[in-house]
Amino acid sequence: MLYSMCFLLFIIGLYCVLVKKNMVKIVLGIVIMEYAVNLFLIMLGYRLGGIAPIVGQNDYASGAVDASFTQASVDPLPQAMVLTAIVISLGSLALMISICIRTYERYGTFDITQIRRLKG
Amino acid sequence: MMIPLPLFVAVPLAVAFIVPLFGQKTKSAATVLANVATACLLILAIYIMRTGQSGIYRVGQWSIPIGINLVLDGLSGLMLLTISIVSFAAMLFSIRYMEQYTAKPKFLSLFLLMVAGMNGVVLSGDIFNLFVFLEIASISSYALVGFGCEHEELEASFKYMVLGSVASMFILFGVGLVYGMTGTLNLAYISKTIQLAGLNNGLYFALAMFIVGFGLKAALVPFHAWLPDAHPSAPAPISAMLSGVLIKALGVYALVRVIFNVFGVSIPIGWILITLGVLSMVIGVFLAVGQWDFKRLLAYHSISQMGYVVLGVGIGAVVLAQGKDPAWASLAILGGLFHLMNHSVFKSLLFLTSGSIEIATGTRQLKQLGGLAEKMPVTRTMCTIASAAIAGIPPFNGFWSKLLIVLAAVKAQFYGLAAVTVLVSLVTLISFLKVQRYIFLGDLPDNLKEVKESKGSMAWSMGVLAGLCVVMGILLLWEPLREQILTPAVQVLVDNVYSSKIIAMP
Repeated sequence: MLYSMCFLLFIIGLYCVLVKKNMVKIVLGIVIMEYAVNLFLIMLGYRLGGIAPIVGQNDYASGAVDASFTQASVDPLPQAMVLTAIVISLGSLALMISICIRTYERYGTFDITQIRRLKG
Repeated sequence: MMIPLPLFVAVPLAVAFIVPLFGQKTKSAATVLANVATACLLILAIYIMRTGQSGIYRVGQWSIPIGINLVLDGLSGLMLLTISIVSFAAMLFSIRYMEQYTAKPKFLSLFLLMVAGMNGVVLSGDIFNLFVFLEIASISSYALVGFGCEHEELEASFKYMVLGSVASMFILFGVGLVYGMTGTLNLAYISKTIQLAGLNNGLYFALAMFIVGFGLKAALVPFHAWLPDAHPSAPAPISAMLSGVLIKALGVYALVRVIFNVFGVSIPIGWILITLGVLSMVIGVFLAVGQWDFKRLLAYHSISQMGYVVLGVGIGAVVLAQGKDPAWASLAILGGLFHLMNHSVFKSLLFLTSGSIEIATGTRQLKQLGGLAEKMPVTRTMCTIASAAIAGIPPFNGFWSKLLIVLAAVKAQFYGLAAVTVLVSLVTLISFLKVQRYIFLGDLPDNLKEVKESKGSMAWSMGVLAGLCVVMGILLLWEPLREQILTPAVQVLVDNVYSSKIIAMP
């Protein structure tokens, strides 16, 4: 159920990219899609009432890391993936915004229906 | 000696960060450094192919399912060689060509970042790592398409970036789904889990996400809208890189790797590939015929030629899934992969000649050109060779791969597909006769009387690629070379042993 909400958010972002005419709104649509995917990844690893998966130096020897620990702890891998994905989306967002600004300087508008020099 | 695989990513990445430190006055040093880097990559790739190496590299010495690994097998080796050849030629070409732009060191840096990303994609054995490298290559290509900062370039760059980002999000969503369903990110272990448990609805959904995402990156019809704008707007060496290798490494390679080695082939998936391939072939070529902008025409032909590659691979997938003779599947996939390699050579050559014509005449509108045969003999020869290759005239390389695809289609009893392939090849020939007629024959317009031929590095890089167009047929015809370069790549896709091989590796 929650996963389908993520997908709904993804579709909202896609709708925004496909339908909106303003360049900035299209960029926002892409950001919404990125958030939807990040949320989905985080939810994959989440456990209700989970604990942090931190293992100390002597925990293996003392038996603190057992089946119940792995059952209860949150999966850390999706969190690492989300961090990477956020950094990547930051890079592409910065580039997208700068191209929007340059385009505005050239054309004097953000409306993509008026930015139509290319055809075919 | 086994070459450490991270070198393929580390060399361009390191040089990419050194190059922008050079200022305007020392930019020739930056150019030399960047060229040395691409030459090194070419030598490494040739060395790997000669010694027939394969193996895996564990990043940080972590064992496989825990850590990230880089995998070198036949298919990765073929892609590495293709990327190295085209990036070497394009870099050589840009020594002179990029003098007309101001920020040359930044261009070199983005170029090398793109090469690093592509090498990473073809070497990665981990699906999330593949996504990260794919983004490195994509983001630098978005910036390169808009490099001139003129009206059309910014518009094309924005369009490309929006569709590229959407494609990346589809791929990341697919990666998340696969991780949720199988609990691992390693391609080999995902494949093992799927072989044991089969595909469920979630994995089918992930596969659909991958097909849309990688299809967008590969610009297959109906996902092609960005390509005819983006590729012509970039500077000519970048057009050569984008059409020559980027759409293949990021799109087709990743798609084929995920479908054949991870999810496994089935008849419906094979038919999806064939449908995408035929649509791209036919629609691409018919849109190309009506174009009057030389680079735009070439860009539409890229869509059409990528259709050949996907069609060949798709026929292979259907034949494999039907359980017919694997020899026919091998033939179809061999045709597809060989066409991938050939296309990267002749299409990058065509884009370089378009750059040579543009820099000499200041235009690329076919109607404003004419009679350049005497003024630009070198460019004319190169362009004729590449046109003959793309149209499939023997003995140039395009002929052999198209012949293989047609033969495989006939052998697998897809007579309709074989007929379509031949027809599309004919329309390609017509459209390139138009190019030859309007650029090199006819009357020389008055404003082009003073045109000068491109010299130096531009002519040399075109010469390298044209030479390859002529001789690449021997890759197929001469058995030792075929066994060395093409057969291992085909084996990777036909034999279903990718995961067991990697899991068993010491």
